[in-house]
Amino acid sequence: MNRYPIWKYLLILVVVALGLTYAAPNLYKPDPAVQISGQSSAMTVGQNVLDRAEKALDEVGIGYVGGEVGDKAILLRLNSMDDQLPAKRAIQEALGHSDYVVALNLASTTPDWLSNLGASPMKLGLDLAGGVHFLMEVDTNTIVKTNMEGYVQDVKAKLRAAKARYRSVDLVDDREIVARFRGDDLRDLAVSTMRKEFPQLQLTEGGSGDNLEVRASLSEQEIKQLEDYAVTQNLTTLRNRVNELGVAEPIVQRQGRNRIVVELPGVQDTAEAKRIIGKTANLEYRMEARPDTLVTNKEYFEYRNEQQRQMYGGAWLERKVIIKGDRVTDARVGYDESGFPQVNITLDSRGGELMHRATWKNVGRRMGTLFIESRFVPETKVDAEGNEIVVQKRTDDRKIISLATVQSALGRQFRITGLDSAAEAQELALLLRAGALAAPMYFVEERVIGPSLGADNIEVGVKSVQIGLLAVLVCMLLFYRVFGIAANIALAVNMVLLVAVMSILGATLTLPGIAGIVLTVGMAVDANVLIFSRIREELRNGMPPQSAITAGFDNAYSTIVDANITTLIVAVILYAIGSGPVQGFAVTLSIGILTSMFSAIMGTRAIINLFYGGRRVQKLWI
Amino acid sequence: MSETKVENEKITEYMGKRVYDFMRWRKLAAAVSIVMVVASLTALVMNGLKFGLDFTGGTQIEVGYEIAPRIEDVRNQLDAAGYSGATVVNFGSDNELLIKLPPAVTEEQTQVSARDEKASQSIGDKVVAVLAPASEGDVDLRRVEVVGPQIGEELRDDGGLGMLFALAVVMAYVALRFQYKFSVGAVVALAHDVIIVLGFFALLQLDFDLTVLAAVLAVIGYSLNDTIVVADRIRENFRKVRKATSEEIINISISQTLGRTFMTSFTTLLVLWALQFFGGELIHNFSLALIVGVVVGTYSSVYVAANVLMAMGITKEDLMPPVKEGAELEEMP
Repeated sequence: MNRYPIWKYLLILVVVALGLTYAAPNLYKPDPAVQISGQSSAMTVGQNVLDRAEKALDEVGIGYVGGEVGDKAILLRLNSMDDQLPAKRAIQEALGHSDYVVALNLASTTPDWLSNLGASPMKLGLDLAGGVHFLMEVDTNTIVKTNMEGYVQDVKAKLRAAKARYRSVDLVDDREIVARFRGDDLRDLAVSTMRKEFPQLQLTEGGSGDNLEVRASLSEQEIKQLEDYAVTQNLTTLRNRVNELGVAEPIVQRQGRNRIVVELPGVQDTAEAKRIIGKTANLEYRMEARPDTLVTNKEYFEYRNEQQRQMYGGAWLERKVIIKGDRVTDARVGYDESGFPQVNITLDSRGGELMHRATWKNVGRRMGTLFIESRFVPETKVDAEGNEIVVQKRTDDRKIISLATVQSALGRQFRITGLDSAAEAQELALLLRAGALAAPMYFVEERVIGPSLGADNIEVGVKSVQIGLLAVLVCMLLFYRVFGIAANIALAVNMVLLVAVMSILGATLTLPGIAGIVLTVGMAVDANVLIFSRIREELRNGMPPQSAITAGFDNAYSTIVDANITTLIVAVILYAIGSGPVQGFAVTLSIGILTSMFSAIMGTRAIINLFYGGRRVQKLWI
Repeated sequence: MSETKVENEKITEYMGKRVYDFMRWRKLAAAVSIVMVVASLTALVMNGLKFGLDFTGGTQIEVGYEIAPRIEDVRNQLDAAGYSGATVVNFGSDNELLIKLPPAVTEEQTQVSARDEKASQSIGDKVVAVLAPASEGDVDLRRVEVVGPQIGEELRDDGGLGMLFALAVVMAYVALRFQYKFSVGAVVALAHDVIIVLGFFALLQLDFDLTVLAAVLAVIGYSLNDTIVVADRIRENFRKVRKATSEEIINISISQTLGRTFMTSFTTLLVLWALQFFGGELIHNFSLALIVGVVVGTYSSVYVAANVLMAMGITKEDLMPPVKEGAELEEMP
């Protein structure tokens, strides 16, 4: 009685061994280090740079463990965290600011055989280890400009519909629409039409004779609202992107009127982080221009794909935009019949309507998908007082990624083809899904920040966790004796498995996170407590020891499963609906539930079976 | 006094174990629960939660030191000057610091809205005035800015919606596995616990930050877990115990699970006490929220969930399984 087949023991052993392996890297504390890389990716950093850096450290008297020259960067390991910032400053001064980037980093000390298995330690959160800090500015001028450009198209359409023939309608200084008319009656008609159709525009009349003008602009209030909308929208998009990237526990917050702060935990490859955060890709759909379309109503774009560009060069598209990327509600990567990557797009209802209206009467014409990338190049200018100021000059890169014949009216769902690679499809889908930026952004500053908690706080936090754990172990031992030992072993296994799974998933550890883990451990004993009190009950009812063990485990089983599944449901829903920190917590909770069910039911049973199984037992030490 | 007549007929022992008459106090318990929930809701409406830096944003001050300071010292100096809840981090180099202050502090200190840029500026000057005397070199103010919350509005809205959805799914699951009366009991107990924890924080005006939010989520898990364990035993006993009233069966079930309820709550509380007493300031509120949650959760699994079952008039017939399901249960490992 109460014996497990060999395969069950083996299974448990394998799981525990795997758990130990993948949890092990967390034991190797990373060395504080300074990373030196070239300002541009083409620059290589070699032994001579390392020598200069080491010399600089010797001069200020900072000890170091040693340096490694890697492919793109040098890692110089230091003795303590406190040395990092002074070391960085000393090296940066010695090497000069123009050629080299010196950043703080943590050098892994995980042995090679572990890294080769894909094992890596959990990352530490902003509170425990600090990270990188980006300050970005939202280019709010652009949002006003694009908005006004939209108005120009709309105003033209409404004026034509009202038969208020205009000489021209133009955008001046990005902020004002000027419509010109030949006669008083036409202008009056235009003014009344615009007042009715666009109440948000402020109108002023001017000009004389043949050149009568109506000037329309947005009120300061209206502009502020637009900017607010743009910043909020960008904030949401950035949060989504950072979450999509799987960077746990980031901080994304608004600062002042038009700035956004992004803080990412861990000092990682800042270039990579910048690329994804700052990416301002967007999409536009436009119909291909008919050959007889006026030049003012069409634009020429090149193909994005090298091959297509060489064959066709580019194409003329209408100026009028059907929809933009902000109408996209979902975007997924798929593959067409011949295995080429495509992105399947779902639009919101308004987008679907616009798309349908544009395509149903244009079947047979071609529609182009434009991919827009914005880049900012800092430019130094001299202002009126003779001071040098740096202006971020923005360039938009609009290229055609596909130009396909409209086969039938399109609705809310369709696909984009003509992408170069699966990776590109992946990235486009991610960017569209996370939402487009309402306005482009550029980096104002980039800094490395220290841990927000401070060494003292971390120390007491970790200490309290240890005390709590120890108390639980002692308590279990006092209450359940031999069974307590089994439960404690299972608890240790649970802890190892939890850490292993979180490491594999690349979770970020914060102090509340650590407390959460300990809490799941506190709650994980529940399963064992349930089983043991059931066994005691059965013994009290006069059942012989061996049967009591079996009955205890069996009867407690459905209770444990019910209780845990209910909690798991909540965790899964929290994960699906929450974001950022809530998701992180939900993950810890779910993993904790699963590992504790394994260790408390199977693990404890195995130990008890090993100890009591298959022999005559007079008395259970419980 | 008039109810003494039934006393001697009640089951006081079952399977060699004493049965406590829990349900005797159920009306009193219901009254206590209602008072606590109403008080919590009142506190929430009147005081509101005092959201921490994560939720509200605040003022961000960048200061430069001539001589690099120790971060711990700076924190202590700020605390001593009444700027509690500030975070201080190295910013770029070791002699530049970034200090974030919650708006509540700013308001107390200046009596002006924290959103006011000029008010922020004066806070910056005040902070530097606090820090400068302690440093041997110069301390200068680099920049003062208002920062928005770390958590978007959408999290708050989605969070609320998510909770309702989660409750609905849990109700459905419990109704499926047990019976709909149990799902009402479980959800009422859950709402009871969460409202009281939130009310506690509103009443004492403790900082409600992200860690406390995590604690509230954990309370949900804990409360459900506890309630289901008791419910499971009640279901089992309704099927097993022949001659007993619903009230007696609930009493038997709670008595049987009492040892387990106390043991689990106790071990969890052990961890929480350790965090509370030794864990330092940051996890203080986290553990406090959980301690309240665990205590209330333990109480509610006895007196709220079971009480709702009684009030809804649970009977044996509600739980008599269809014959097939019973057969399956026997076979379970």
